[in-house]
Amino acid sequence: MTQLVTDIICPFCGTLCDDIEVEVSDDGKKIIKVTNACAIGAEKFLHAQSPDRIVRPRMKQEDGSWKEVTYDEAAKYTAKILCDAKKPLMYGWSSTSCEAQATGHMIAELVGGVVDNTATVCHGPSLIAVHDVGIPSCTLGEVKNRADRVIFWGCNPAHAHPRHMSRYSIFSRGYFTTKGSKSRKIIVVDPRPTDTASVADYHIQIQQGRDYELIDALRVALQEGPLPETVAGVPKEKIYDIARLLKSGRFVTIFFGMGVTHSLGKNHNIDIAIALTSDLNKYTKAAIIPMRGHYNVTGSGQVLGWQFGFPFCVDLSRGFARYNPGESSANDLLMRGEVDANFVIGSDPGSHFPFKSVKVINELPSVCIDPHMTPTVAVSKCHVPVALVGIEVGGSCYRMDNVPIESRKVVDPPAGMLTDGEFLELVLTEVQRIKGVAA
Amino acid sequence: MTEILIKNGFVFDPVSGIKGDKKDIAVKDGVIVESVSGSAKVIDASGMTVMAGGVDIHSHVAGAKVNVGRNFRPEDKLQAVYEPARGVRHMAGGNSVPTVFKTAYKYADMGYTTVIEAAMPPLYARHTHEEMRDTPIIDQAALPLFGNNWFILEYLKNGEIDNASAYIAWLLRSTKGYGIKCVNPGGTEAWAWGLNCMTVNDQVPYFEITPKEIIAGLMTVNESLHLPHSLHLHSNNLGNPGNYQTTLDSLKIAEGFKANNNFGRDQVMHHTHIQFHSYGGTSWGDFESKGAEVMDYINKNPNITCDVGFITLDETTTMTGDGPFEYHLSALNHLKWANTDVEIECGAGIVPYIYSKDIYVCGVQWSIGLEMALLAKDHMRCYLTTDHPNAGPFTRYPRVMKWLMSEKARDEVFASMKAEDKVRDRSTLGSIDRELTLYEIAMMTRAGTAKALGMGKKLGGLVPGMQADIAVYPYNPETASDPEQIEYAFSNAKYLIKSGEIIINDSEIVSNGNKQTYWVDVKTNPSKQVEHDLREMFLKYYTVTERNYEVEEHAFMKNPNVISIDATQ
Ligand code: SF4
Repeated sequence: MTQLVTDIICPFCGTLCDDIEVEVSDDGKKIIKVTNACAIGAEKFLHAQSPDRIVRPRMKQEDGSWKEVTYDEAAKYTAKILCDAKKPLMYGWSSTSCEAQATGHMIAELVGGVVDNTATVCHGPSLIAVHDVGIPSCTLGEVKNRADRVIFWGCNPAHAHPRHMSRYSIFSRGYFTTKGSKSRKIIVVDPRPTDTASVADYHIQIQQGRDYELIDALRVALQEGPLPETVAGVPKEKIYDIARLLKSGRFVTIFFGMGVTHSLGKNHNIDIAIALTSDLNKYTKAAIIPMRGHYNVTGSGQVLGWQFGFPFCVDLSRGFARYNPGESSANDLLMRGEVDANFVIGSDPGSHFPFKSVKVINELPSVCIDPHMTPTVAVSKCHVPVALVGIEVGGSCYRMDNVPIESRKVVDPPAGMLTDGEFLELVLTEVQRIKGVAA
Repeated sequence: MTEILIKNGFVFDPVSGIKGDKKDIAVKDGVIVESVSGSAKVIDASGMTVMAGGVDIHSHVAGAKVNVGRNFRPEDKLQAVYEPARGVRHMAGGNSVPTVFKTAYKYADMGYTTVIEAAMPPLYARHTHEEMRDTPIIDQAALPLFGNNWFILEYLKNGEIDNASAYIAWLLRSTKGYGIKCVNPGGTEAWAWGLNCMTVNDQVPYFEITPKEIIAGLMTVNESLHLPHSLHLHSNNLGNPGNYQTTLDSLKIAEGFKANNNFGRDQVMHHTHIQFHSYGGTSWGDFESKGAEVMDYINKNPNITCDVGFITLDETTTMTGDGPFEYHLSALNHLKWANTDVEIECGAGIVPYIYSKDIYVCGVQWSIGLEMALLAKDHMRCYLTTDHPNAGPFTRYPRVMKWLMSEKARDEVFASMKAEDKVRDRSTLGSIDRELTLYEIAMMTRAGTAKALGMGKKLGGLVPGMQADIAVYPYNPETASDPEQIEYAFSNAKYLIKSGEIIINDSEIVSNGNKQTYWVDVKTNPSKQVEHDLREMFLKYYTVTERNYEVEEHAFMKNPNVISIDATQ
């Protein structure tokens, strides 16, 4: 007999679907089938079962080979490099639970570390824009129930957040949107003809890197102000049309992704996108939501916020929290050679950071906590495999609209394997011992 | 557990009627007792003031909007020194929106031991509880929002009180909430379409119900569930000139209602931050106080309590479940604006604000709060809050006490204002010479608030059998003369005991305590209709499943304190 586990969250992307059903073997050890998840999500669950999974911590030897160690030894090494360092970088946090993040932050406080999360290379500019202009937003259910005008700007949920469109933003039927996609006008702004663009009512093929100009033009068009013949490659008639379309809606939502946050202009693009949203509230109701990537990058910003007051790149090295993106952010620190130990959890900077940063990691005392073999593991001195949050252990996570949902355990982790939280507790205890402070 | 004897202090305890007599207070096993053995730890409180631990009835200290406030205002961290870790203390920062650690330490320094988070969006309940779990020392509870909830709008429109009651009981259990909060009834739902409800008789778009019906319905449910606290109301039209009419209309809805509970609570309506609701005039030009009129009504109606929401003349961060108000505020001051509409349930907005004593409107707002508190006849029904952080940070409570207790201190503020004459002209504060006593302050900050929360048998007093929450302040009521001493003493408790444990010893925080989270579990008759509606709403309109909605006690509370009620008949 197999058993069906329901109401599981998918620990992959910021859509944080919570209706996943998993069929597991009678002994609760094996995942047989995953339903409701998209292809990426299902693969994440099935990956947990891969037979070649590394199940014990390892230290890299002189010759580059790995030697198995115990969790205690790995925790001692981790605590030592963090305590020995003047300014250890503790990076990642986006694919682990809020409970593990909180424990990690207590370690960072004791060792004077810099805590940064993956927002630093994705929605960091959005967070900075929010400091400047705030953010009128809403939960995804508001989009589902009310939104009749939806813009996807510089994002392609069809590939990056596959169930977003059916659960919340295009096809879903809500209380005031009973006809699903027929209740909505969908606008995609993207230089590329993406799969999301192919289901939109309007695809605005903006010239690459011209987001600021086009948003600015839309703000002018809302007031029927004068525009040049084309802006960012878009004819002015089309811009006026879109502005009128938005004003005629009852509830507008703008979703935006890294096409806006990491093209020229960065946080200024988001400043003006938020300003456009605020402007729209003079005519109708409007909200804006960043398409957050990792399933709990939002949670990392939340926990850092309530514990230290800032959403990312929090520098605790001077004994109080400092925050200055561009100075206290991971890549800036690595490239300037300012950190002397590297700790990674819940992310893969080896794949996503510039080569120059990865080279620095390769030279530092370093530990990487990750269930999988990743490029970051390859450049780290110590690799600590752990149970997968949301599959083998539960914990709190935050969806892209900041709604918290508790992830659940579906199957047992491989025998003897610790969770992120358990391993971090070991490290914390050891750090407290080294520092001579009470638990 | 340890025994403690607090000797020789001047005790102020409205619960037992002690008005500054020298008296010893004994503690054993976490509660106050008649006497202790010779081995008790002795705290010498000679020349100091002793009160029960403070109970804050309305403060925004944990949850989604508070954290937006923290994360969207890095500059707030520069308004106060970021304190490094020390002993048991974590590093702590922020001013108007402090980190959870700073929240706990500052409340402890002020001698407070219990704080109610005044607005919990149910869908974000888990977030609120995560923050409360990480907030050491102080006991907390949170009030979920109901005034714009679709279930409630539908049930009350149809007169289905039993269903509304069963639903509210279900939601309190699911979110681990403490009572019924209602913010801008109907208006926040209207705000989801960019609209608002400005009077108690405006129709909520699409739901065909009025704020008046929502308020009356929620009070009926509250009493039928025998909840410890009453309806906690933030009425419509907050913050606008001329709004006192709406306030009086809202208060009048309580006429004829009687409290029905076993917790010693008398009121059926607690109106929060009444200062923001007592404005006259037709615009900011002819803006004036109607505090006297509103307080006169409250004085005459014993089934109503209120807290004030004193303006503290600071730079702060406003945050409220009143989404449309925050939008209008941002249109007024052109500072940044954050808003979140929450599906099915509610919404919230956040805007930084500077209450400058040089702007006459801010000065008048400041005087309205003090005027009202000084005109209150019964301080067991009128409480000290700043609606933290809306009217000012909670860390200013001691300053507010100074203003309430000293006419001289008030005159100094008046004299420092650019538009002193105009401010004096727009309220009656300048003509009031009343100075509150420490006994009245104890009513406003512990005995009264604990009673209104239905915690009066356990908190807010120093009677044997009550939880041993005790603050000792370095303030000698017999010799103190300078009003500044009031502010200093009530910001710097010399000793603080919570649940019998010493938290502050000789002005230093020595323990993170064993904080409790209160929530209310009411048993009602089952309702097939509510079960059906929940299933339907979660399947069709929510974006989380029904099972994933519940906040699990074991995961989110270090030390739960459940108040169980049987409301089945
Ligand atoms: S959309 Fe995202 S959260 Fe949902 S199943 Fe796919 S990967 Fe998982």
